[in-house]
Amino acid sequence: MDYVYSLISETYKILFLLLPLLTAVAMIVWLDRRVWAFVQKRRGPNVVGPFGLFQSLADALKYIFKEIIIPASSNKVVFILAPITTMTLALISWAVIPFSEDFVLSDINVGILYLFAISSLGVYGIIMGGWASNSKYPFLGAIRSAAQMVSYEVSIGVIIINVLLCVGSLNLTDIVLAQEKIWFIIPLFPMFVIFFISALAETNRPPFDLPEAEAELVAGYQTEYSGMMYAMFWLGEYANILLMCAMGSILFLGGWISPIDSYPFNLIPPTLWFIFKILLLFVLFALVKAIVPRYRYDQLMKLGWKIFLPFSLIWVVLTAGFLLYFDLLPKV
Amino acid sequence: MTAHAFFFYFFSFIAVVSAIMVTVSRNTVHSVFFLILDFISISSLFIMIGAEFLGMIMLIVYVGAVAVLFLFVVMMLNVAKQENTWFKSSTNSAHIPIGLLVGIIIFFEVIIVIGGWKYKPDLTSKITLSDITNTHSIGNVLYTDYIHLFQLSGMVLLVAMIGAIVLTFRKRDGLKRQSYFKQLARERNDGVSLVEVKSNEGIKIDD
Repeated sequence: MDYVYSLISETYKILFLLLPLLTAVAMIVWLDRRVWAFVQKRRGPNVVGPFGLFQSLADALKYIFKEIIIPASSNKVVFILAPITTMTLALISWAVIPFSEDFVLSDINVGILYLFAISSLGVYGIIMGGWASNSKYPFLGAIRSAAQMVSYEVSIGVIIINVLLCVGSLNLTDIVLAQEKIWFIIPLFPMFVIFFISALAETNRPPFDLPEAEAELVAGYQTEYSGMMYAMFWLGEYANILLMCAMGSILFLGGWISPIDSYPFNLIPPTLWFIFKILLLFVLFALVKAIVPRYRYDQLMKLGWKIFLPFSLIWVVLTAGFLLYFDLLPKV
Repeated sequence: MTAHAFFFYFFSFIAVVSAIMVTVSRNTVHSVFFLILDFISISSLFIMIGAEFLGMIMLIVYVGAVAVLFLFVVMMLNVAKQENTWFKSSTNSAHIPIGLLVGIIIFFEVIIVIGGWKYKPDLTSKITLSDITNTHSIGNVLYTDYIHLFQLSGMVLLVAMIGAIVLTFRKRDGLKRQSYFKQLARERNDGVSLVEVKSNEGIKIDD
């Protein structure tokens, strides 16, 4: 009986997290298009609902009623599994994100490793989709994205080590609580910049959207997908972008902690601060998409391996040396 | 406890079945996918016995990096025609005895390891896991008692990596490479020059 009860309560908690998350993903797509439009002096989606807020819902309805086409020469099982994998991986990583000190689905010891592991699995959805389509453009897109995501994971891993040196714990709640005095963006500012750029590459956002570069590869790995399967790729991609923003605000912007611990700022609940920080990072993501032109592939690889990796490794040595010299290393 | 046992048998069943499917499956890419499934279920088993750090590292290193490279290589081979013929043809089965030999050697090694564990109980960890997380306890052992072995294995990996790079690196001629410094240091006088061209003779550009 206990099992049944805990099963029901856990399911309730998961739904309580996932339904707002999926709504947020739909809204974030609208925000992305609006910001993009404003930078280019266009209006963007503004017809459906107030300010065009329901545009994503209209799009989703359209995708649901479209026919799903499975190419005859494709590998059918893998072809269907690919968008499901992308979507699932994008959603399960939210299990460990702490929205405030007591609002977290599963407060595990190795939270940051879990996030890192799941985000490194994200490449499989793309590879599977590209391979199973059995067609040239998706395959090239998949190969590109495999190389790109593996390269930029390395530098994200080293950046996480930098933060962990200052915290002394792999738990995400501990990482946020360690920033009560000073947010890590101030002492580790160069790492924040590199994290932001690597997150762009990790989520295949412009200027690193080579896996789906429409000028060269039609739509990359998702060329053969249609209807709801395409929408699942798309939802998974935006959920991943939100996740990267959440990770950035936990690691560097102090998670749910308010910037100034005094009267008017205390009134705002911590969860709202966290969401506000995620939105701030997302608007930066959207601005970059509108402003920066796409990288060439060799430049992308050079940036990842020859600039980011050595620089963040040197910064690990500097951080460790500084903490050791001033005796600031966290005590276990 | 029943839920624990249920999940243990669930994950170990998937692990064993997918390990068998890695070798039996006809399509090489499917083999790699089953290998990934195997890694994931084994890391779930690690997490179930409380070794969450090892489980996550297994996911990050093997599934997130090694298997991606496997998949990368296998996909580069001819996708449509790449089929496993070991269990179909009778002519080309010379590697089965070698595989069996390696398998038997590994099996005996596992037996020796487990036997040594059983008869020498102080081989198992002396650190109690009660008050510190297992990330801390692994760090405590790895960077104090076994620091030399740890550094040595790091050196072996580094040498292997450099070896692989040296073996595959070749300098190709006639390749234009971009140099950011040259590009940025270029000025008007380096790129543009005013030339008097005589009529009916032309000029040779870019020699």
